[in-house]
Amino acid sequence: MSKKTVVNTTINGEPKAFLCEPRQTVLEVLRDTLELTGAKEGCGNGNCGACNIILDGVLVNSCLVLAVELEGRDVLTIEGVADTWPGEGLHPIQDKYLEHAALQCGICTPGFIVSSKALLDENPNPSEHEIRLWLAGNLCRCTGYDKIVRAVQDSADVLSA
Amino acid sequence: MASDGQFKVIGSRPLRPDGVDKVTGRAVYGNDTQMSGMLYGVVLRSPHGHARIRSIDTSRAKALPGVRAVVTGADLPQLGDVIEELGEGGSANMRYASNNVLAGDKALYDGHAVAAVAAVDLGTAEDAATLIEVDYEVLPAVRTVQEAMADGAPILHPELRTDGLGEQATSETNVAAHFRHQLGDIEQGFAEADVVIEREFDTATVHQGYIEPHASTAQWNADGMLTVWTSTQGAFAARGQLASILDKPVAEITVVPTEIGGGFGGKIPVYVEPVAAILSHEAGNKPVKVCMSRTDVIKATGPTSGSHIKVKMGATKDGRITAAEVSMAYEAGGYPGSPVPSGSLVILAPYKIPHVTLDGYDVLVNKPKASPYRAPGGTNAAFASETVVDELARAVDMCPLEFRLLNAVEEGDRQVNGLPHGRVGLKETLETAIDHPHFATPLEGANQGRGVAAGYWMNWGGKSSASAHVNGDGSVNLMEGSTDIGGTRASIAMQLAETLEIPYEQINTRVADTGAVGYTDLTGGSRTTAVTGMAVHELGVVLKEEMTRRAADLMEVDVSEVSYRDGVFSHNGTSMPFNEVAQKADAAGEPIVGTASVAPPEWGAAFGVHIVDIEVDPDTGKVDILRYTALQNVGKAIHPSYVEGQIQGGVAQGIGWALNEEYIYSEDGQLLNASLLDYRMPTALDLPMIETVLVEVPWPDHPYGVRGCGETPIVPPAGALAAALHDALGIRPTELPMSPGKVLELQNGAA
Repeated sequence: MSKKTVVNTTINGEPKAFLCEPRQTVLEVLRDTLELTGAKEGCGNGNCGACNIILDGVLVNSCLVLAVELEGRDVLTIEGVADTWPGEGLHPIQDKYLEHAALQCGICTPGFIVSSKALLDENPNPSEHEIRLWLAGNLCRCTGYDKIVRAVQDSADVLSA
Repeated sequence: MASDGQFKVIGSRPLRPDGVDKVTGRAVYGNDTQMSGMLYGVVLRSPHGHARIRSIDTSRAKALPGVRAVVTGADLPQLGDVIEELGEGGSANMRYASNNVLAGDKALYDGHAVAAVAAVDLGTAEDAATLIEVDYEVLPAVRTVQEAMADGAPILHPELRTDGLGEQATSETNVAAHFRHQLGDIEQGFAEADVVIEREFDTATVHQGYIEPHASTAQWNADGMLTVWTSTQGAFAARGQLASILDKPVAEITVVPTEIGGGFGGKIPVYVEPVAAILSHEAGNKPVKVCMSRTDVIKATGPTSGSHIKVKMGATKDGRITAAEVSMAYEAGGYPGSPVPSGSLVILAPYKIPHVTLDGYDVLVNKPKASPYRAPGGTNAAFASETVVDELARAVDMCPLEFRLLNAVEEGDRQVNGLPHGRVGLKETLETAIDHPHFATPLEGANQGRGVAAGYWMNWGGKSSASAHVNGDGSVNLMEGSTDIGGTRASIAMQLAETLEIPYEQINTRVADTGAVGYTDLTGGSRTTAVTGMAVHELGVVLKEEMTRRAADLMEVDVSEVSYRDGVFSHNGTSMPFNEVAQKADAAGEPIVGTASVAPPEWGAAFGVHIVDIEVDPDTGKVDILRYTALQNVGKAIHPSYVEGQIQGGVAQGIGWALNEEYIYSEDGQLLNASLLDYRMPTALDLPMIETVLVEVPWPDHPYGVRGCGETPIVPPAGALAAALHDALGIRPTELPMSPGKVLELQNGAA
């Protein structure tokens, strides 16, 4: 077993320190060390987006980032999304996914919601094509994407109102 | 139902009870299970498509520090032939199932599990797996039904003889089964035809593609009691397979279904469940979690069959289909059991055809054992038949929808197996399609085309149970056994709320484990909302009777004098709402509980009709979908959003199957595209909005008219897209997927 490294980082607004091996990915550490199992492993090689997180404001596949790279960085996971919303309860994107029935099995949903937030942070009024292009890095096998795209369109309306 | 005959809950779109957990990352799926002292399991898989296993040496792996157990197929009970019914017409020989979860004397496909390790952490387990030494004698592999049926083909199971037409063959073969359906006189049928079209089709092996890899955690206790937490479509189905494979009484097994990240049929068979169980047993009764990687999922689970299908159909010049002769050869994978039987009930289902001969072949190839995939065997079957139907319609110069309407089956018409169709609603669905604005809107550009196709799935009844407790505040705790893959907690609770005439929000729904609710068949066959819905309707009737008796006691009158309407019990001007009876009865007497179970002898099938517009890039052959409309008879939509979602999702999978998805094998049987980059499923950018039209011709034997809706929508897309390609370019694709290269080839051939 390789020597472990201490990493000091910020996760969902809270300072966090953890030990990890050099080979471990952010996804592995989030799930197995920090018990944040909201990010899902659908493929482990950056093709499905189920593990997406926002790292220093940038959307990334957490399965493709090594955990040691989190030193001094700022991470937002699905577990922290609701807290970024100043209002009560869920983030409006989460509400809209529920209202539009934009999830069936729900395994891809954390990744989609994180990706949707990153999109709307950057582009508050995306066209349907821009939404589809941005979300093309997230695979959903249940919905055919129709209701997901509508949920994001509706979220954009609420957030920019 | 309210006293005015109108539904109060059914047809509305409430939020699902598990929704908040699923949008916040808190829902617990298969891989999210954590237990103290838990070990991690890793499965070693065959790198060869076909090989004899001469020996397995696990000594170096066992010696690695941190390793707690190493197992092979020899550690599983050696079973005789045991047939386990898996539902939806499917069954499996548990001897084969056992050899599939850990190989016996042969590895039959690239990715076949041959050994497994449990260790203190995943890294150690992975390292240990590399220390297991397997001595393989590599054998030539067969990859398609044509290769497998050729003279002199390598044989997968030397002891196997074809089970065909009532006779057991005597020679070695890869054809596990051959069956035939016959109606009328096929020669007479073709003699009556003015036009005959005959085509051969080849379709690729495809995967269900659920985003959650298989994941199970097992705890085999020192007293022999086994608990398995797993992502499965059916906790009881998993329990039954575990009991057979482990040769262990069901009394000693509890299966706890976790949330499930997609299944589409692929999470009906067990894979890692028995492996985790024996690892737990061998590791001194420690809990063991085994999760697949995506590569494992693609190489060793699913897929559904590639196939070779011949269709010959004849019609009169006024557009009546007179005869159909069909041959369907489906890949079973490494063990018998392709979905060719169910595919045979789909291929001609929409049409009245007096003279039919249909032969089906279940063919072994060196690929993973085929497992069910949404309307198993239906999409490739309908691709073949709907292409021929489209050609027939054009040959007799008829609108393809009018041609289908002229030949559409109705209640009482015979299916290919001789059984009559029930009330199907196909004509209503076709008429709705003909009148839909999509069908009347002209196409506007070059290289554009429109196609239509019909599709069918027979659905499944099975058995369901439910139980409930009325709390002192009038809320109802509902326990049901159907794993929720797409909002069925909501659709089931809605039917109980409707029956009890109380608000949906008063029902708390739990999916229970196999120790906490009556037997319930798996979530598959589009049965859950329909049949578990029937169970909760009966449960609602039971609870209403008990509540009426309690209300009568409280009112001090005979039960026959109390009526219940719109959530209120009444007697002669005295009224008591549901919640008040619940509160007073709870304070005064025994708790109010109820149970119900159903096993309907008949259930509603579902027909769909799809219309698609495409534009083809003439330089690359890439197909862009401009507009898609899916019309389907759903009986009655309980939660319309989830019904629409089922249809949209099925369409998306059908489009992937039609245009992109395929297993690609090397000559020696190694899978070359076992990743989600190279196995290309549709993304948001590949699809348009998918319009759905819910036709509601109720199923008469369901209290609310529900038919299963989930599977039918994957059936028509490939046929509709093939017809659209003909409309756009004049080509007739006969292979799936209709990938850009193949479209270009056909286009160049046609030019």
